Amino acid sequence: MKVAIVTGAGRGIGRSIAEVLANEGYNLVLNYRSNKDELEQFVQTLKTKVLLVQGDVSDYADAERMIQITKETFGQIDLLVNNAGITRDNLLIKMTEEEFDSVSSTNLKGTFNCTKHIARIMMKQRFGRIVNIASVVGITGNIGQANYAASKAGVIGFTKSVARELAPRGITVNAIAPGFIKTKMTDAISDEAKTAALSRIPLGTFGTPEDVANVVAFLASDKAAYITGQVIKVDGGMAI
Amino acid sequence: MSFEKVKALLVEELDLDENEVTLESNIREDLGADSLDMVDLIMSIEDAFDIKVEESDTASIKTVGDIVSYIEKK
Repeated sequence: MKVAIVTGAGRGIGRSIAEVLANEGYNLVLNYRSNKDELEQFVQTLKTKVLLVQGDVSDYADAERMIQITKETFGQIDLLVNNAGITRDNLLIKMTEEEFDSVSSTNLKGTFNCTKHIARIMMKQRFGRIVNIASVVGITGNIGQANYAASKAGVIGFTKSVARELAPRGITVNAIAPGFIKTKMTDAISDEAKTAALSRIPLGTFGTPEDVANVVAFLASDKAAYITGQVIKVDGGMAI
Repeated sequence: MSFEKVKALLVEELDLDENEVTLESNIREDLGADSLDMVDLIMSIEDAFDIKVEESDTASIKTVGDIVSYIEKK
């Protein structure tokens, strides 16, 4: 049985990734920061072994502990999905230092923390898959999201560098750049902005968390063995 | 004694046969380690012997004997 860690699995895209991977037969370690009760209910619906680990990925020691628990429980780690992410949208001129730092800490440093602690384990296994959830905004930029876009652009640069470093050990590292996906994160956006966003999506609809989760499953599979260092947009054509 | 422990680490890390590893073996040229293996190996040695290998010292480590004498000097 393969083993996957999904960070930020409490809701949204992370939860959908957990569901799709469980259906693919993965045993799972699901990291969450809050909303434990909701996650526990969800986990009951999954058919594979699941371990819930509370922790903040932006905390170096928390990330290390999560990876160690996974290794001790399952003995191997095949897939890491760095999904945990937050937004603190604001226009640059109004953006506080805290708004910038918190987004950067979770989205970019969190990805570093988890990847760093898993790298040697995967190197020794001579196998591993790492999928980082970036954002199309990290490629195009977006008004009100200088912090978020910068963190996601950082994730893309990180992905490409680590892909080069770990390739000799049979480890692939890729990023997915979702566009507008229907989750609680995007519920917060005003109707006006949603209409404007929709007009920029050639496929004419918002994406679903499953649209992203299916690409994670593909990148983790043997079918994607020759793909590394790539950024796959799942955005309905928004950023062609 | 250090040699046996270092040998065991090398055998595991580089997937070698025990009799391939001698004090004279050049880790890169004879044992086939690349730069990533070297970093990994040094980290394993630090853990196994509870020492800190200074970054500036790593360049001078070429043979298995170099590792053993480095550990014994520490």
